[in-house]
Amino acid sequence: MILQFFVLSQRGDNIVYRDYRGEAQKGSAETFFRKVKFWKEDAEGDAPPVFNIDGVNYFHVKVAGLLFVATTRVNVSPSLVLELLQRIARVIKDYLGVLNEDSFRKNFVLVYELLDEVIDFGYVQTTSTEVLKSYVFNEPIVIDAARMPPLGAASIFMQGTKRMPGTAITKSVVANEPGGRKRDEIFVDVIEKISVTFNSSGFILTSEIDGTIQMKSYLSGNPEIRLALNEDLSIGTSDYRGSGAVILDDCNFHESVHLDSFDVDRTLSLVPPDGEFPVMNYRMTQPFKPPFRINALIEDTGSLKAEVTIKVRAEFNSSVNANTVLVQMPLPAFTARVNFELEPGAVGHTTDFKEANKILEWGLKKVVGGSEHTLRAKLTFSQELHGNIMKEAGPVSMTFTIPMYNASRLQVKYLQIAKKSKAHNPYRWVRYVTQANSYVARL
Amino acid sequence: MIWLDALEVDQRGVKGNQIWPLQLLIRRKCIPQISLSLHKQRRDLTVMAPPPPHSHRSPSPSQPSGKSEVSDLKSQLRQLAGSRAPGADDSKRDLFKKVISNMTIGIDVSSLFGEMVMCSATSDIVLKKMCYLYVGNYAKVNPDLALLTINFLQRDCKDEDPMIRGLALRSLCSLRVANLVEYLVGPLGSGLKDNNSYVRMVAVIGVLKLYHISASTCIDADFPATLKHLLLNDPDTQVVANCLSALQEIWTLESSTSEEAARERETLLSKPIVYYLLNRIKEFSEWAQCLVLELVSKYIPADNSEIFDIMNLLEDRLQHANGAVVLATIKVFLQLTLSMADVHQQVYERIKAPLLTQVSSGSPEQSYAVLSHLHLLVMRAPYIFSSDYKHFYCQYNEPSYVKKLKLEMLTAVANESNTYEIVTELCEYAANVDIPIARESIRAVGKIALQQYDVNAIVDRLLQFLEMEKDYVTSEALVLVKDLLRKYPQWSQDCIAVVGNISSKNVQEPKAKAALIWMLGEYSQDMHDAPYVLESLVENWDEEHSAEVRLHLLTAVMKCFFKRPPETQKALGAALAAGLADFHQDVHDRALFYYRLLQYNVSVAESVVNPPKQAVSVFADTQSSEIKDRIFDEFNSLSVVYQKPSYMFTDKEHRGTFEFADELGNLSVSAESGDSVVPAQRVEANDKDLLLGTSEKEEGRDPGSNGSIYNAPSYNGSAAPSTTSQPLADLAFPSTGISVQAPSSSLAIDDLLGLDFPSAAAAMPSPPPLNLNPKAVLDPGTFQQKWRQLPISLSEEYSLSPQGIATLTTPHTLLRHMQSHSIHCIASGGQSPNFKFFFFAQKAEAPSMYLVECIINTSSAKSQIKIKADDQSSSQAFSTLFQSALSKFGLP
Repeated sequence: MILQFFVLSQRGDNIVYRDYRGEAQKGSAETFFRKVKFWKEDAEGDAPPVFNIDGVNYFHVKVAGLLFVATTRVNVSPSLVLELLQRIARVIKDYLGVLNEDSFRKNFVLVYELLDEVIDFGYVQTTSTEVLKSYVFNEPIVIDAARMPPLGAASIFMQGTKRMPGTAITKSVVANEPGGRKRDEIFVDVIEKISVTFNSSGFILTSEIDGTIQMKSYLSGNPEIRLALNEDLSIGTSDYRGSGAVILDDCNFHESVHLDSFDVDRTLSLVPPDGEFPVMNYRMTQPFKPPFRINALIEDTGSLKAEVTIKVRAEFNSSVNANTVLVQMPLPAFTARVNFELEPGAVGHTTDFKEANKILEWGLKKVVGGSEHTLRAKLTFSQELHGNIMKEAGPVSMTFTIPMYNASRLQVKYLQIAKKSKAHNPYRWVRYVTQANSYVARL
Repeated sequence: MIWLDALEVDQRGVKGNQIWPLQLLIRRKCIPQISLSLHKQRRDLTVMAPPPPHSHRSPSPSQPSGKSEVSDLKSQLRQLAGSRAPGADDSKRDLFKKVISNMTIGIDVSSLFGEMVMCSATSDIVLKKMCYLYVGNYAKVNPDLALLTINFLQRDCKDEDPMIRGLALRSLCSLRVANLVEYLVGPLGSGLKDNNSYVRMVAVIGVLKLYHISASTCIDADFPATLKHLLLNDPDTQVVANCLSALQEIWTLESSTSEEAARERETLLSKPIVYYLLNRIKEFSEWAQCLVLELVSKYIPADNSEIFDIMNLLEDRLQHANGAVVLATIKVFLQLTLSMADVHQQVYERIKAPLLTQVSSGSPEQSYAVLSHLHLLVMRAPYIFSSDYKHFYCQYNEPSYVKKLKLEMLTAVANESNTYEIVTELCEYAANVDIPIARESIRAVGKIALQQYDVNAIVDRLLQFLEMEKDYVTSEALVLVKDLLRKYPQWSQDCIAVVGNISSKNVQEPKAKAALIWMLGEYSQDMHDAPYVLESLVENWDEEHSAEVRLHLLTAVMKCFFKRPPETQKALGAALAAGLADFHQDVHDRALFYYRLLQYNVSVAESVVNPPKQAVSVFADTQSSEIKDRIFDEFNSLSVVYQKPSYMFTDKEHRGTFEFADELGNLSVSAESGDSVVPAQRVEANDKDLLLGTSEKEEGRDPGSNGSIYNAPSYNGSAAPSTTSQPLADLAFPSTGISVQAPSSSLAIDDLLGLDFPSAAAAMPSPPPLNLNPKAVLDPGTFQQKWRQLPISLSEEYSLSPQGIATLTTPHTLLRHMQSHSIHCIASGGQSPNFKFFFFAQKAEAPSMYLVECIINTSSAKSQIKIKADDQSSSQAFSTLFQSALSKFGLP
């Protein structure tokens, strides 16, 4: 059972704080924050999501730059509490549309109202936005997403986490639109995070796709919907459906999903609850064509000098673009200066040498399918290198987002909504996006 | 909007203080910071923990009290209180929000209590909710005011809107004011019978709240029986789930005093209840499913067909998107099949894919929780996961706590067929930018080398590490090469060639330096310049800050001396002289010991310091299998994440329902034995800390942290200075000799030298009739467990001799003394005049243990003794023995 729930800003301020059992010690939020803050400074890396101080167990997840924290004294299931924290964040986001410090502060009465219904005396009651709708009466004060300041410091906070790409929908599930009626629509996002490791000769060592079919429904009247996937989809190697098929290693489904005809024709039927939720998570280790090829080279070019060449080739269709591409490479520890040399006519490229941790960064705003880009960097060292220079640098890592592309070839063939009337034709959005999770080329 | 309102409050609050125009100006310029600092200063006074009215800080100009704002609000609320005008509710909402926003930033608005209650006479539910929130915050510290609210809450409990009934009931039960308990029983009773499930849901938790305010009122009203009825009959699953939670908590707490409650708690695990819940499992919310599954994992089915029925029923829960449901299901599967080895193994195969999917979906935090469980399973059955090793490869952007787990898993699953790939991968991490992980990776390579038969290729890799010329890589690799040589002496030629090239000047880390020095001593025959390297190290004795290194240096010089006397003699002399002058007790002792040993007989000295060694076949595991089993039993709990059984990190009272089965066991035992014995006492929180301190040190997975071990209360070596005065012949056993030298760095040295600690204590024959085993061993975990389980068989008070009191300046003096009587200390602490010790002793010819808690007050010269014994019949004899030992303390 849960003693307390609180949300802290990056500075450690309490944004909301709820003591569910009246047993909590004073100052536990500060105790927690200090521990998290100093964990890193004590060179221990990030604080783990669960730790124990003086018999109190602290659980935390980072969402949108905020720390969602729960405490307990009993030996509970860590998965349960961490999952719950994520779910609370999701419920609040469903209500507020946008999750950030500002929206929290503007709506904290509503947030307290939600928290009182989600947990009672430390026991979870419900996290379903659908159910909560009938208990919660405050209306959200929606902040305008367009005027939202860029995440700024918050984005640094989120680095290194495998955060799901934010679906562009920042609409509250309960707030009425200024125009009056709510728009009847449903969003289905196929989100894939890909991990690839290339060895020094460009051969793929490991590759994996972690995918989610995410749904956010604003449909009125809770109609049943059917979602059809590739017919040749196989799950596990035991039910292989012919060559060229998409083979998933494993998958799991949201509670609301009925799998009655899934084995026959790969369709899922469900009555989508309100709010955002994953319909299906899947995992694939079947080889796939990686969207980018990376060639990286570092060579000695005389005493105290070396040259780095990084070549990136986009191996997808030219109708597709990759966004916010960032290539990073750790350089030898004695690197003092770096001179970059971009290819002529390069647009939207940025280069940087992060002195503090000796990392080279190359940002490409947009990469068109089929194109190839090269970066040369001349390094100057402050000291002579002894060992093998290849061992001193790398590996090259890459992050990117590619909208309307998915590496697994898993598809939503159709999305059917049980119609109430002829005139009723809700908007249906099916979108694909691929993100790099760990995309690494070794030297 | 609300936040801005709060800022206005600040401004106006300051305006009242016209004396400070200067500050007003400053304030206006930097309003955001001011409000922030205000927020910070008052963080301890946040909404849910409002300040008691008398303790609020005196208003100072820098901390606007918002007083004028509060009185403003007061008059506005008063105006609106009776208003029925259209739009009055909207204005009230705005006012209430202001009140609550003030409350959030820590301003005491309890003075508005009366007005708030007056305004709550409304049908607007938003208003009511805000009012409840307000009342809930201030009721506990203002019990008198809380009484004001009882009327309207009770009235609301009868409202026709079920939402209002539920909310009012929840608020009523949340007041937590003991003298209002009588007002709760009625509304709770009708709430449990309400025809609306929301109200019943709230009422069930309300019963639990009542139990915590006044257990007797709750029991007297017979609420538990009502909950039990609802558990089996309510159509709403959340009501059922709440009944289960509430009953588990109530009966667990009650069972410490009531047999009946213990039986009731047991019936929750009976077949009818478990089956009833299982059959409805899909109707429950995902969180309630976890609750039910946790209960089912404690259920003991009658036969195999029952087991398979349950498993078939729950099979599809493994495909649930919620990791908590999946893990709870896995726990059921694992627990049910424990006795069926082949099915148990099939379960491992079955759960692999769902676990891996859970690891890779969801947030990094969730995936960490699942990964910890996967880690546990991999450690238990590595062979089942050996073909999945690629899933345990680290991704460059993973947090280090994830990487650490993965490295351990990679180490565990390495076998003949995948070692090459795994070691290749690990070598990539050795050059990683994340230095702690790079170190772990090198250690992982070393561990794999130590567990493999064919280590050819790995040795080459390790030697390559030595040539990488990165300090930390060299350091880790040196330690590994040393361990490797202890297991595979046949590699010495290859390794020594490489190690010989490493300049000791480039090695700074104590552990690595110690390893290098050990190799120099051990292989001084084959390493041409070993004596000279050692000599130069001895010359820099004073610059060597680590005692561990100096200890090793002493031993290495000794070893080298026996092999190449003429070249080393000078260095040995210098080392012994430096050692004797060393300020560090252990270094000094060891030097003195070597010196006397050499004086006594050089060949005996050689057989002590440099005996023929056997290759180490298996390095000791860091965790006992008992602890591992215990963690496995606590699957799907924090124990798995912390890699510690729950008794090491939770107080007993908070172990809650998860400890269920264990305690049931205890209870039924004590019932059978006629209940004449004192019920097992809880180790006091204080003792617990003491013991925890030890066990954590013992469990610490890094045996190298010798600094802390020095202070560990489990002072094992019998290295009292007096040992040197004992006949030297005693010391001729190699093991005694060496272990005696090094109590301080026991683990590190022990590990290095491959010796089995703890070793001989100087045993003095104890008087009959009871003989104690001088070499008794008990790990702190077991001690703690026993201490909790056994009843107190004797409780006595002794007086101490004045000499004894005089000698007891630190706990160590007593425990050395007691050890000479074969009574060993497992934990000690305290400062003059109060000392506390935990001792244990073992019967010489039987496994029977005696556990003692001994509290000594030096000012009263009294000691209080509690003895617990496996064999209670002999505890009197032991007590006599203990007393006689204690009475000799301080006597020459």
